[in-house]
Amino acid sequence: MPKDHGIGAPIRRREDLRFLTGSGRYTDDINLPGQAYVRFLRSDVAHGRIKRLDTSAAAAMDGVIRVFTARDFENVGGLPCGWQITSRDGNPMAEPKHPIMAEGKVRHVGEIIAAVIAETPGQAQDAVEAIEVEIEELPAVIDMAAALEEGAPKVHDDLPSNLCFDWGLVEENREKVDEAIRNAPHVVSLELVNQRLAPNAMEPRVAIGAYDKATDEHTLYTTSQNPHVIRLLMGAFVLGIPEHKLRVVAPDVGGGFGSKIFHYAEEAFCTYAAKVVGRPVKWTSSRSEAFMSDAQGRDHVTKIELALDEEGHFLALRTHTLANMGAYLSTFAPAVPTWLHGTLMAGTYRTPLIYVNVKAVFTNTVPVDAYRGAGRPEATFQLERVIDKAARELGMDPVEIRRKNFINPDQFPYETPVALVYDTGNYHATLEKLEELADFGGFEARRQESAARGRLRGLGVNCYIEACGIAPSNLVGQLGARAGLYDSATVRVNPTGSITVHTGVHSHGQSHETTFPQVIAEMIGIPEDQIEIVHGDTANSPMGMGTYGSRSIAVGGSAMVRATEKIIAKAKKIAAHLLEASEGDIELKDGKFTVKGTDREVAWADVTLAAYVPHNYPLDELEPGLEETSFYDPANFTFPSGAYACEVEVDPETGKVEVCSFVAVDDFGNVINPMVVDGQVHGGLAQGIGQALLEQCVYDENGQLVTASYMDYAMPRADDLPSFTVDHSCQTPCTHNPLGVKGCGEAGAIGSPPTIVNAVIDALQRGGIRVDHIDMPLTPARVWSAIRAAS
Amino acid sequence: MYAFEFVKPKTVEEAVAALRESEAKALAGGQTLIPTLKQRLAAPEKLVSLAGIEALKGIRMGDGVVEIGAGTTHATVARELAGSVPALAALAGDIGDPAVRNRGTIGGSLANNDPSADWPAAVLGTGATVVTDRREIAADDFFQGLFTTALEEDEIITAVRFPIPEAAAYAKFDQPASRFALVGVFVARLGGDVRVAVTGASENGVFRWQEAEAALEADFSPAAVEALAPPPAEEMISDLHGAGDYRAHLVKVMTKRAVAACG
Ligand SMILES: Cc1cc2nc3c(=O)[nH]c(=O)nc-3n(C[C@H](O)[C@H](O)[C@H](O)COP(=O)(O)OP(=O)(O)OC[C@H]3O[C@@H](n4cnc5c(N)ncnc54)[C@H](O)[C@@H]3O)c2cc1C
Repeated sequence: MPKDHGIGAPIRRREDLRFLTGSGRYTDDINLPGQAYVRFLRSDVAHGRIKRLDTSAAAAMDGVIRVFTARDFENVGGLPCGWQITSRDGNPMAEPKHPIMAEGKVRHVGEIIAAVIAETPGQAQDAVEAIEVEIEELPAVIDMAAALEEGAPKVHDDLPSNLCFDWGLVEENREKVDEAIRNAPHVVSLELVNQRLAPNAMEPRVAIGAYDKATDEHTLYTTSQNPHVIRLLMGAFVLGIPEHKLRVVAPDVGGGFGSKIFHYAEEAFCTYAAKVVGRPVKWTSSRSEAFMSDAQGRDHVTKIELALDEEGHFLALRTHTLANMGAYLSTFAPAVPTWLHGTLMAGTYRTPLIYVNVKAVFTNTVPVDAYRGAGRPEATFQLERVIDKAARELGMDPVEIRRKNFINPDQFPYETPVALVYDTGNYHATLEKLEELADFGGFEARRQESAARGRLRGLGVNCYIEACGIAPSNLVGQLGARAGLYDSATVRVNPTGSITVHTGVHSHGQSHETTFPQVIAEMIGIPEDQIEIVHGDTANSPMGMGTYGSRSIAVGGSAMVRATEKIIAKAKKIAAHLLEASEGDIELKDGKFTVKGTDREVAWADVTLAAYVPHNYPLDELEPGLEETSFYDPANFTFPSGAYACEVEVDPETGKVEVCSFVAVDDFGNVINPMVVDGQVHGGLAQGIGQALLEQCVYDENGQLVTASYMDYAMPRADDLPSFTVDHSCQTPCTHNPLGVKGCGEAGAIGSPPTIVNAVIDALQRGGIRVDHIDMPLTPARVWSAIRAAS
Repeated sequence: MYAFEFVKPKTVEEAVAALRESEAKALAGGQTLIPTLKQRLAAPEKLVSLAGIEALKGIRMGDGVVEIGAGTTHATVARELAGSVPALAALAGDIGDPAVRNRGTIGGSLANNDPSADWPAAVLGTGATVVTDRREIAADDFFQGLFTTALEEDEIITAVRFPIPEAAAYAKFDQPASRFALVGVFVARLGGDVRVAVTGASENGVFRWQEAEAALEADFSPAAVEALAPPPAEEMISDLHGAGDYRAHLVKVMTKRAVAACG
């Protein structure tokens, strides 16, 4: 029998009722009295000089309140970048200004040139079309290698080149790694592309700025994963508004996947313009706008080399990556290909020597930043692909070569050669579980059955690791982070015993409103429905860093546990007073305080009432009230890991790939709500399979985004996916956070792309078709072309 | 969307009269036209809704023919012809998603003549007749290249008359993003004739693959198709979903599969 409440219970999501009945409250559902609407004029060329910008006709149109251009933002800062990378030569990265509106030059399709505020969205759009703009088109740089060539057109004229940084990890090991590779009996190499993706949250971005003249207070309602971060960045760096005069509200948010972490120009615009025009200003992105203004993901081009000995032990690993930054640095862009990517190159293996080089490049494309997994999928993909190729070249079984190189359970804590210390894990256990669930033994029979129908069947495996709950703050500060990475919670116990938790993390699909109460319910022994989670408003939650990187339960949940521990400690004092016992003898269980070894007890609600009606209360020793706040700064990352397998069928005549089965075995440490975790994994797998088979952002040589709508950008649909088998029974609890949790939000998206590609290559190879690699997405056309080229 | 006037006549005559006024456009299911308007890619002064015209709706079975009113939705065709003309029903049932099928109409699809649309393959593949307010147009004359038809500006399709084939099947290979046809092949056997119509593939829109028709008239089997060279790759659409040679190859594969599905 599964538990029906508390930690580990698969209880249903309380959010679903409001979402499924249309009573969620998203930013676009908010309409303020007197609200006006903004539409933006966006560049339709990728690179050009603005020769003339005449807004007079637009300004004179019906309903137009005001037209803005870059000139209106001369006293406003650029959008800040939250992470500084230092190049191998010791220089800081190139950090060009990221203006709210294009200043003299446009650098990507979709960049804002001007804005019109009008009474209705239609009037604003009409006026946008009446703006006269003349742009002298300049040659665009799209391809990263071409962008780094001598004499390439420059995205930023004031920079020496299009190179943002040239980073190495660990630079001191570079020569040792080179030497090991030179002397190794086997070196397996692979060149691959981790293609650019558009995040495509179901809810497009929305921003509403409001200004209260009476109090001089600004409010921004926005679709954000981290309202406090937006308040800090926009208030301190862009608009110069102190925090106590700026409130940022992110209500229900319909998915983010990273794209709603960043501080965007539209947010700053609406906040700023609301004061100028004296009315609330609302912007709702269209889907077409989202394609060219939401930060995009991935976009790495990599060469990886793995050196092995005769028995297939990994000796050394070297990887060189070009990482596309787009035209400007988005908020956390530089961290993604570096500290979230290079540090993961050890994977689950004992590779003693590793060197990672990343060159980040500016191009005339939409900025690139964190997207579900952020760096870790790119690391996992190249590593798990080259291992598969190595197995093939050495004639080894892909499962055995992995097992042979695993970090063993007795080696934890394990320090990798790329700057991480894994606290715990058991990769053999997840792999064994996978072998059991995926029925490797039955594969050959299934393959023959497929072959009888003219289909090539393949089996792919992958053993990923990721790093979640990025921390601790003092370390990430040394690595270039310009923010802390703690989180916070205020646990407010109400007089009659119910609890309101104000958390600094944010739920936009992660189910915090369901899972966080389970933790407190377990700790105190009261029902979940007595506990409410409040998030998403800087006015009512303590400063927190928000939700991304699978950090909510590991960091925000830990803060909540710490605050609840303080609550319990204080409540025990009150209970001791009420029971006339000594504090050390008080126990809390099932919502009751008892005196050890006696039948004397007092209920939770009687204690909480006493805290707020302190008639019989130790007022000389204890303040009344029951409310505590904790800030939690983790000691280390958490390291979820897992073993995935899938089977695919390839139609050799058309190149179409069908995913027949997918088994995901994950070690997430302790699990709060297994049903919610299943859902997180399902979503991640769907996104990862989308990347493997369907999705890609394509720019033509002029920088036009070819895949700017769902007519050409292929999203995964339910019928592209098999029914998943997911398992998280292998649990090595995190050793350094109070819940022993690791985080589960990104695992599926990290682990699935290499699994799928490995399976397709396996299918082709077993079918006698000598194909070593196909770049994602493995569209029918690409697979067919690869088959044809090999035949 | 730009502002426009909206009228909803009850008869074809009134609709034609309304269309004659300047810059008017017929509106059927709106599954193509409304997105175009929303993106401000079209700016008609007036929309003439065909939704109120009963004469455009419904399916009539005749002697060896089935006549589908131009205003009949894909969903209705899929449902009502499932037993009698399964190839048409299956084609209609695989267009878009349920919302699209419940609104989109056969008349709208044909008037639009998207090079990747499904209906043109069935109309050309059976040699159907497009009936309008003023004439009857043979399928072979109706389709005139990408988004171009024989229709005059103010002409309204009222129905499509399909001969019921002895055997027919439509084999569609989805474009992965839009799920329109990357290549769709409709094969029909009518008397001694075989027709093979291909959509999605050609730069000139839907076309008949005459080599395959001749080969299949001699030997109606997948093997007969296998022996053929694919149509010329340079005449095929090349885009990010497939180059010309891939589409040409798929024409052959989908033709084989359609023939096999004819049983
Ligand atoms: C998400 C989505 C997926 C789709 N997938 C597919 C697919 O897989 N395969 C496919 O074939 N199609 C697909 N479509 C298109 C769909 O089939 C449309 O319904 C069809 O193309 C247009 O029909 P409509 O009735 O909606 O026409 P409307 O959009 O109303 O009109 C389209 C054009 O036809 C004109 N018109 C309409 N009716 C007549 C008439 N009786 N006489 C003269 N002119 C007329 C209009 O003036 C307009 O120019 C899809 C559409 C969407 C939105």
